Amino acid sequence: MTIKGKAYIAGAFEHPTRHAPDKSLAQLHAEVAKGALEDAGLTKADVDGYFCAGDAPGLGPLSMIDYMGLKVRHMDTTETGGSSYTIHVAHAAQAIAAGKCSVALITLAGRPRAEGMATGTAPRSYGAASPDVAFEAPYAPVITNMYGMCAMRHMYQYGTTSEQLASIKVAASHHAQHNPHALLREVVTVEDVVQSPMIADPLHRLDCCVISDGGGALIVVAPEVARSLKRPMVKLLGAGEAAKTPMAGKVDLTYSGALWSGPRAFAEAGVAPADIKYASIYDSFTITVLITLEDLGFCDRGKGGRFVADGNLISGVGKLPFNTDGGGLCNNHPGNRGSMTKVIEAVRQLRGEAHPKVQVKNCDLALAHGTGGSLGTRHASATLILERE
Amino acid sequence: MAKTERVIAAPPINPETKPFWDAAARGKLLIKKCLACGELHYYPRANCPFCFSDRTQWQETSGRGTIYSYSVMRRAPVPYAIAYVTLAEGVTLMTNIVDCDLDAIRIGQKVELVLKPSNGGPPVPMFTVR
Repeated sequence: MTIKGKAYIAGAFEHPTRHAPDKSLAQLHAEVAKGALEDAGLTKADVDGYFCAGDAPGLGPLSMIDYMGLKVRHMDTTETGGSSYTIHVAHAAQAIAAGKCSVALITLAGRPRAEGMATGTAPRSYGAASPDVAFEAPYAPVITNMYGMCAMRHMYQYGTTSEQLASIKVAASHHAQHNPHALLREVVTVEDVVQSPMIADPLHRLDCCVISDGGGALIVVAPEVARSLKRPMVKLLGAGEAAKTPMAGKVDLTYSGALWSGPRAFAEAGVAPADIKYASIYDSFTITVLITLEDLGFCDRGKGGRFVADGNLISGVGKLPFNTDGGGLCNNHPGNRGSMTKVIEAVRQLRGEAHPKVQVKNCDLALAHGTGGSLGTRHASATLILERE
Repeated sequence: MAKTERVIAAPPINPETKPFWDAAARGKLLIKKCLACGELHYYPRANCPFCFSDRTQWQETSGRGTIYSYSVMRRAPVPYAIAYVTLAEGVTLMTNIVDCDLDAIRIGQKVELVLKPSNGGPPVPMFTVR
């Protein structure tokens, strides 16, 4: 059993807001749902499957199903933090292949900026019953110092430099300048990044993604539904997911779950990393991109620093155009969860609807990758491979 | 004047992990050994995460180790160093590096156990440069 060719992404919508003090969380979910349905040329009455994650208000999917007035026969609330939505696309395809639904709606929304959340520098708690908490919380792990430890080890083991990491932000900023909705549109240099304030060694402020409100939604449909619509056909070719943990004391911070999710997705799709024309790579931090590129096989282990230097990620310049919307680093990281916008920009590229300045020529094969949780402890990686039919 | 002491969150304690914190109060760092497969693990669990046997036993450690990685948190009221330390026994655990110059911490440095008081809970195992 495979999901190859069993489902299509027919609708994709990124909320234009980056700051939403005037909107409720449920309202944002509904607005992105509406946007994605309009993009697909479908209506709410067509939706028979609903997918959401921990950002949705209420009990699992129920409050949003109630609020939006949905009538569904399939629901899924897989929660893996920022990678949830790449996983939802795969799970929607599985449900569609099994005949459990034919039009799946996936929504994400959040307003951490309006709520003044210190996303990367304040401790988060998943509750005292979480078995790891007693052995981690006293040491004050936060998002930035956990990713900082990954970067520190990569530098120690492979000689990766802050300047190489900075070139990832530089590439994202080159793309963001063309996105009118991007939070940070100014093109930055390697110097700008390494001279920005240190947050948690060795990650500077500009190594970090933005904090933004908003959200996004996707519509995943059965092949016969996709063929009935007037939109370009974006087919799901393969998907892989994996969870990586500290492995009960066998800690290795130099790779992520992408080392396992990537090969699974490539095998199902029947393509290789060298075939990919465009990649959306989760970019909570610059180091997240570098480690993921190595794990997915776009470059050799330990050679990510060299790969990302010299503009290799810039559309029209380098070998692997990435995050052409500006990514989480410059454009948008709605609700502190970045994989929804990863899929959306991949869909734009495959449809030829990216900004003309960043549109990849003949973009018929794309990859979207999500990383949720913490690279420094436990996280879920999810890889999607999509084809323009 | 800036605050000089970081408040250390008290670890929540449950029946499964109480012996660990009782030992910490006596200045000891315990890990778990599986009597079925022989693997050591951390954080401690009643069931071995490698073979799933429930025949796990507490084992006292040497309290000595090496820094695997670290990061100094600068954007905090009191800067602090989080780290993973690989114990002489081979198990790697999350901790803080304390009582030293934060700017002089390096991967590979040898460290030893110190216990630091938490805010209303038992003392917490941390490490200082040897």
